[in-house]
Order: sequence, then C-alpha cells, then structure tokens
Amino acid sequence: MNGFDSYRLRHRADIARMILIVAFVVLCGAFFRTQVIQHSKFQLKAETNRLRPISLTPPRGSILDRNGRIIAENVPGYSVKLLAPSTDSLRAVIARVRRFVPVDSAQVTDIVERFQRARYQPALIFGDASFEVIARLEEHRSVLPGLVIQAEPKRLYPAGKSVGHLAGYVSEVTEADLSADKYPGAVLGSIVGKAGLEREYDDTLRGNEGVHYIEVNARGRLVREGAASAALPPTPGNPITTTIDLELQQFIDSIWPAGVRGAMVALTPKGEVRALYSAPTFDPNQFVGGITSAEWRKLNNDPARPLLNRVMQARYPPASPFKLAISAMALKRGLIKLSTRMPEPCRGGMRLGNRVFRCWKKEGHGSLDLIGAVAASCDVYFYQLGLQLGLDAIIQDGIFMGFRDKSGIDLEDELSPIWPSSKAYFDRLYGPRYWSPPGTTLNFSIGQGENTQTLINMVKFYQGLAGPGVALTPYIVHPSSGKGRSLGLSTRELDGLRNALIAVVERGTASANRRADLAVAGKTGTAQNPHGDDHGWFIGFAPADKPELVVGGIMEFAKHGTTVAPYVVRTLRRYILGPDAVGPVKLGVLLDESLTSGDAAPRPLELDPDSAAARAATDSLRRAEGNQ
Amino acid sequence: MRGPAVDRNLVLVTLALMSFGLATLYSAGQTDVPTRAAGMWERQIVWFGVGIVTCWVVYNISLRVLEWIAPALYAFSILLLGVVLVVGTGAGTAESSHSWLSIGGHQIGQPSELAKVATVLMLARFLSGRKEAPRSLWDLVGPALIVGVPFLMVLKQPDLGSALVFVGVFFAMLFWSGVRPRMLFLMATPGISLFLAFNTLAWSAWIIIFVLILMAWRPYVWDWTTFLVANVAMGAIAMPLWTRLAPYQQNRLLTFLNPEADPRAAGYHAIQSRVAIGSGGWFGTGYTEGPQKRLAFLPEQHTDFVFSVVGEELGFLGVAVALGLFLTLFLVLLRIARRATDPFSSLAVFGIIGLFFTHVFENVGMTVNLMPITGIPLPLFSYGGSFFIICSLCLGVALRVAYDSRSSGYLDN
Repeated sequence: MNGFDSYRLRHRADIARMILIVAFVVLCGAFFRTQVIQHSKFQLKAETNRLRPISLTPPRGSILDRNGRIIAENVPGYSVKLLAPSTDSLRAVIARVRRFVPVDSAQVTDIVERFQRARYQPALIFGDASFEVIARLEEHRSVLPGLVIQAEPKRLYPAGKSVGHLAGYVSEVTEADLSADKYPGAVLGSIVGKAGLEREYDDTLRGNEGVHYIEVNARGRLVREGAASAALPPTPGNPITTTIDLELQQFIDSIWPAGVRGAMVALTPKGEVRALYSAPTFDPNQFVGGITSAEWRKLNNDPARPLLNRVMQARYPPASPFKLAISAMALKRGLIKLSTRMPEPCRGGMRLGNRVFRCWKKEGHGSLDLIGAVAASCDVYFYQLGLQLGLDAIIQDGIFMGFRDKSGIDLEDELSPIWPSSKAYFDRLYGPRYWSPPGTTLNFSIGQGENTQTLINMVKFYQGLAGPGVALTPYIVHPSSGKGRSLGLSTRELDGLRNALIAVVERGTASANRRADLAVAGKTGTAQNPHGDDHGWFIGFAPADKPELVVGGIMEFAKHGTTVAPYVVRTLRRYILGPDAVGPVKLGVLLDESLTSGDAAPRPLELDPDSAAARAATDSLRRAEGNQ
Repeated sequence: MRGPAVDRNLVLVTLALMSFGLATLYSAGQTDVPTRAAGMWERQIVWFGVGIVTCWVVYNISLRVLEWIAPALYAFSILLLGVVLVVGTGAGTAESSHSWLSIGGHQIGQPSELAKVATVLMLARFLSGRKEAPRSLWDLVGPALIVGVPFLMVLKQPDLGSALVFVGVFFAMLFWSGVRPRMLFLMATPGISLFLAFNTLAWSAWIIIFVLILMAWRPYVWDWTTFLVANVAMGAIAMPLWTRLAPYQQNRLLTFLNPEADPRAAGYHAIQSRVAIGSGGWFGTGYTEGPQKRLAFLPEQHTDFVFSVVGEELGFLGVAVALGLFLTLFLVLLRIARRATDPFSSLAVFGIIGLFFTHVFENVGMTVNLMPITGIPLPLFSYGGSFFIICSLCLGVALRVAYDSRSSGYLDN
C-alpha cells in the first residue's frame, strides 16, 4: 500500500505522537485545575457534601366533634430517621443506635424494609420518639452517621381507645396503595388515613407534603438546612367537624362491659351519627409513628378481631328487632291494623304441616294484638303475620326498606347485608325442591333465615321509625344527598308502632329498664348463633314521644337481648338527661340471669344461615347476581 | 542483540498499569459503608488470569490468520449486536439500555466490546487492501459502512460512550491509512455544526467560517457540496434530534455544561467525582483513605469512576503518574504500529491505539467534567470481565505485531 512507506509513516507517527501528548497535557491540565488550583473549593465541598431531600409532613387536619371537642389533633413530635447509602450500612448504624436506645429486632426488620422501598429517602427509625430518646441520640451524633432528627406534627387522639373505630388510624402509605392510586397525591412516606374517618376524609385531612434539602457532611452530620429557595413548605390539611358527641362516645366506652364483643351506634332522627363504638376497640394512638410488627400482629391475630368495626363490618341475624319491619310491611300493605289479632292465639307454638314451630315462651302468650305482640315479642303472632304477607311480599318490601343495601354511612368498607333478591335465590342456593317456602317465611318473619344485617343498617331502620317514617342515610360529616327511604307508613301507623316499642320497655321484654324520668322505646332481640351463645340486640330511642336519639347495640354471645338493653338505655339517658342522670355502672349485669325474661327465637328449621358453608353459598350467589 | 523476543516495554508498561489498576480497585472496595465494590479486586484477579491467557493465545496467532478471520469475526459481532438489541439487558450506570447479553439471568458480556475489536480488524483489512489512501468522500464509503453499522447499532442500545469509541477508531485509522488531516477535519465538521446549532448566532458564524475554509482548501466538487449540505442539515435537525434523545441523555449533556443545574440527580455523578478528585490536592488523602470514597459519596467507584479514586487518594501526583503510564503505553503502541511489517498489522495496532485512547480520554475526562458522562470503562483499571478480555486481546495483537517486526529484523528505524 502506497501510504505505508517508512517516511510517510514516520511523519504520521510524529503527528499522532503530538496529538497524544497534547491530549494528555490537556487531561493533566484539567486535573491540575481541579486538584491544585480549585483544591480549597472542593475541599470545602467534600466536607459539606450531601444534599438530601427530606419530605416535610403536613399537619393533618383536626377531627372535631359537634361541640368542637377534639377527636384527633396534632401535637409536636420528633421523628428519627437515618440516611444510608446501602442496607448494610443502615444495619451498621442501627446497631450503633441500639447501644443508646432500645430497638427490638422486629423493628430493625421494619426499618430495613422501609429503607429498601425508598433508598434515597432517610429511613424512619422512630416515628414518634420521646424527648429522652432524642437527647441520647443527639449526644452520640458523631458516631451515628446519617442521623436526621425532625420535628414534625404527630397525630394524637385524646380520647384514645374510645374513638378507635370512629377515627380510624393513620400510617405510612404502602406501595400497594400507591400503585392502586388509592390516595391521590400521596407519595412514598406520606402518612395517610387507613380506617374510619381518617380514611374516608383523607383527601380533606391530609394536606400536601413539603420538601426541604439538608446537607450532610462526610460524617453524616446535618450541616445546614439546605437552600431556602429549594424548600417547599407543606400545606396543612383541613379540619373536619363531625356530628359525633365525643362525651357520649366516651360514655359508651366507659360503660361497655370488659371482654364483650359487640357494637353500639347512636343516631339522631335526622341521621346524624352521635356515637359509633365497636368492641373490642383499639387505641389509634399506637399507630402514630408506625406501629411495630409485634403490635400489628397482635391486633390482627386476636380472635376477637379488634380492628373489625362491628357497627358496619359484621352481619348478625336481625332477630326480634326485625319484627318491626314485618309489622311495617303488613301495615303498609293494609293487611292488618294495630289492633288486629291473629286467628290462632299463641299456645307456645304453632303447627305448620307436620312440624311445630315454637314461640320463645313455652307457656304461650295467648291472643295478642300487634302492639301486644311486639311488646311480648310473640313469635307465633309473627309466624301467622308472615304467612299472611307471603315470602314474595316480605322479600320485596325488605328490598324497598333497604335491607338489601348498605346503610350508606360515610365510612369505608361497610359490609352489605344479606337479603334475597327474590325466591329464585333459595332455588339457586338449595335447589328448587330442597327448601320449604312456608318454613322460610316463618323464619323470615322473626328475623332469622337468610337475612343478616349490620347494626348500622338496623339502627337506620329504627331511625326511620323514630322519625317521620323516612330512613335517612346516616352520616358523620357530610349528609348524603339522597332523600332517604320512606317506609311507606302513615303517621298513625308510625305512632302505633312507636307505642308498641314503648310497651316493650313499659311492660314487655325490656321492662326491667323502665325509669319514670325518661320514656324509652325499643326492641330486644336474641339472634341465634350456631357458633356459641346467642347474640343480644337492643335498639331503642328516647324520649319515646319525641325521639331525639336512636341507639342500637349488639353484644356477641350475650345470650339475650335483655342483656344489652340496660347499656342502650343508659346511653340514651346520658345523652338526653345529661351526666347526672346516669347512676354508677353495674358490674356483672351482663351475666345477671334474673334480669332476662328472654325472647330467644326458637330454632324452627335445621337450616343454618350463619354456617360457613351457607354463607359461602350465599356470597357466591350474590356475586353471581351482581354480575347479571 | 538477542533474537526476536516479546516487546518488553509493552509488557512492562501494561503490567505497571494493571498493578496500578488493581491497587486502585482494591482501594475502591475499602469503604466504611459496605458497597458493591468490596471484594471486586479479588474477582478482577481472576479476570487478570483469563486476560493473560487470552493475550498469550492471541500472541501465538499469526496476523495473517486474524486478517483472514476478520470478516467472519466482524459479521459475528454484528449478529451479536443485533441479538442484544432484541434481548439485551442493562447494568450499572445504564440500567435501562440493552447492552448486555444475558443467558438465564447471568450477564455474559457486552457484544459492543467485541464489536470494537472486530471493527478495528475489519477496517484494517479493508484499508490495507487498497492500493492507496482514500482521497475523496467516495473512497470513504466503504470504511464508513464498516464502522457505521456497529456504530448505529450501539447507539441504538443506547450506549453513547461505546458509540463514541467507534468514531474515535474511525478517525484514527483513516488518519493512519493516509487520509489527509484536512479531509478528516471536513468529515468532523457536521459534528461541530450539530453542536453549535443550539445557538443560532454561533451556528451562522460557523457556516460562514466553514464556507471560507472550503474556498481556501478547494476540495472536490462533490465533496464540498456534500460537506456543506451535511453542515446545514445538521443545523436543521439538531433540535428534532435533541427532543428524541432520552431524558437521561439530555440531562447528561446538560449537566456536562452545568453540573450544578441538578445537583441531586443527573449532575450527582459529575459533582461527586469532581469533589473527590478536587479534595485530593497535590498528594491526595492517602491510599485507601479517601473519605468521599470511604463514605460512598463517590458513585461507581470500581467501574466508571475508578479514576476518581486515584485522584482523591493519590492526588495530582498519582494522577500524573497514571496518565504518564497511559501515555507511555500509547507511545509504545505507536512505535509498534510504525514498525509493523505490513499495513494490516500497522493499521490494526493503530486502531487499537484509537480504541484505547478514546476510552482513556473519555473516561478520565468525564471524571473531571472535561467530557460528558458516558458509561465507558477505563482500560486495565475498571472492574469488568468482558472489557478486560478485549483489552488483553488487543495487547496480544500488539505484542504479536511487535514480535513479527523484530523477527523480520526490523529492529530499529
């Protein structure tokens, strides 16, 4: 090749050598400039090295009761976080932190998990550190590289466990929540409401995160709260005012018998929720600053399921309180009047085909009119009334009155009640020839059978009875726009039913709770429970002539509705007559057999609506129907 | 005079660089907070072993064999580049690119490294087969195709750093084959135009200067029209091209111009590297003692930013020694290229110089913000298997060329 003779090649090699040398001189020059001329500048930079964005938690909006008392607020708190370049380094620093303040190994796992979700954010060590902890850590800062101590607002629920299910709780948003966009605007590390009002009104309460930059030097010490221009202050959340009466809420918590599972809810005739209590409850404060795994496991594995809101997330057979719904159906259809008596007097039972359906009272009630039958909770009366109505009418009217729908209370995750859409439901569930329509009708007429309701839904119905005959959607913050469900009863019929409910307390199954100073109306109930002792119901309102408050309570395994009545009545008295009208809490009243006159629904059919298999079948049917 | 023997200078300077590199890699793993770099030096020793064997094997292969298999090797590497575009995975600073060939989750290597050597050999074969040096643009279509195909495929991965290496190799080998420097300059002008297009005034001035240059140099009609059109076209497509770049690429270029613009994200590497190097001063903070590295402020300290460790711990003097060793390597290679027995050998060695030089200049330059940040490794320093083996292969070729020229009595010239 021509170009490769020795002379030309040498010439090119000279040029190449020149270029190489110039290039390396340029490189050396660049290093000389950086390392020698600008040395002091970079030396300084090396010492004030790291810029890290720290998110600033916005103060969450307060939750107030109707009188301005605080259900949830913010108080100054301290969070301790660690900046770390890697998991191993984080573990190393945590090991040092443990020399000064206790951190159990489950917490370490939590911290590392949190770190791995957002490596460039400081990992949270203590969400809510005491001043003592802060002081100890500050003292040893020099050996704790990456330590960030931030003053930030922390949630406080002054009423503690009495508002657990009502207020809900807050915690750090999870990655699953973020990918599902469950909390619009939330970012990793955001504190969001996870249950109760905190969840339902999270958008209003949360506010927007701020950010600021901190500079950390080579030893990880916080040097300077970064450039002000780069900082974005957090936007505080907005407060919400609720319809809750915090004193009433706390009162219910104070009288609730220890160890009993159940719930109580208080509504005004306008649908405002005055109190919402579920037991066992939990203290929302333990979630503040991040609940530990151990505490979380304890809450989740507790067989009493403290996180379950039994007001709206548990279904119970409505039992005797449902007799008012049957009465309302019959009155609405004009089948009976308040004074109507059934053809067959109660002799402790009723024969249907080749089976005997019993009344709870073996001796029988004799012949009763509607008011008397409600007061005595006579099963035989309602068996006959149910047969007169017919199963189709019961199902249809039940749907009309809202027994197939959620109450619509402004809290998330309310459970739908179970109520058939039509007779075809039973055909699908059991097969057309494997269920007996008359037997099912009898079951439905005393609130048993394939009918389970949430407490809030039943109380909503009673609120309709107590008010002008319209069941309004219960609410805690914002009233629902809907007009409510009319029960379709005339004023006279409503008065009659109210009188029947007054009679329950005056001379019927709850007469032990009668007091001269306040007329209370209500209905006891005992729901069959195949898993143990029966559940007790009582839903009542007062004053009976001009109701101000409707209170419903359910206690699991309470055996009889009469066990629950005193608690509901005391709650009503506390609300209407004030704190002085309520005597000291009688301990042991729950198990006091002498008070129970009993109105347990007998077990007419082997069919067991609450068994797991039946429930699974019903649920799958519901889903199938929903898909249609 | 002893008989033909291995080129002792090349071996010595290579061993010196390897030792320096290994020592730096060891230091890179010495951190207060555990990082990925810990223990990498031990694995690098394994690669050293593999590399030395590769070098020895290649040393024993005649350049004629290499010349003969060059097209096959080139075709194979293009095939691999095609495969990697479809099934490639990312790694390190370029997680999102498709530069790695993985089988069953294990990263086998970066085909772009192989493509670099294959292109050098292929281009050497092509250029050495010609009667005379390319004089016009038309003569350059062949070389441009040989380099352009892998260049574009690598660019598509996207791996801007490796793509740049192809450009470096292209210019270096054309120069060595005898293409006139002014021709090379004219070929580079569209790039200049592209860069200046971001400022209308500067670009207009450039076009005027360019026309004046053309008038003075008077190249072939077709050539100057092509260059002029290319320059104008570059000015026109600059903006659309810019918007088509991935955001991280845009950021890298922007932060090259002003690293402080985004100190946390894109500019982080650039700033941290400069801070580490700048804090080294004349003598550095001491071997293994650099606080920026120890506290893991320095990113990728065992791969792309391994040279920053030298800067921080050994100071300007350490940098000067390292750069001096690299310069010596290049001068030794240059002498081998000059004394080669035949054009193919000579071009191959000079292509290797172009390859290594682009790597060294780009990698070292980016640690002090002299060059934009592109993830390409520093030869003989950065941790990494496939690139080290390619380096060994190249050095094996150079050693063989040196051996051939010595054995043919081409001792001094």
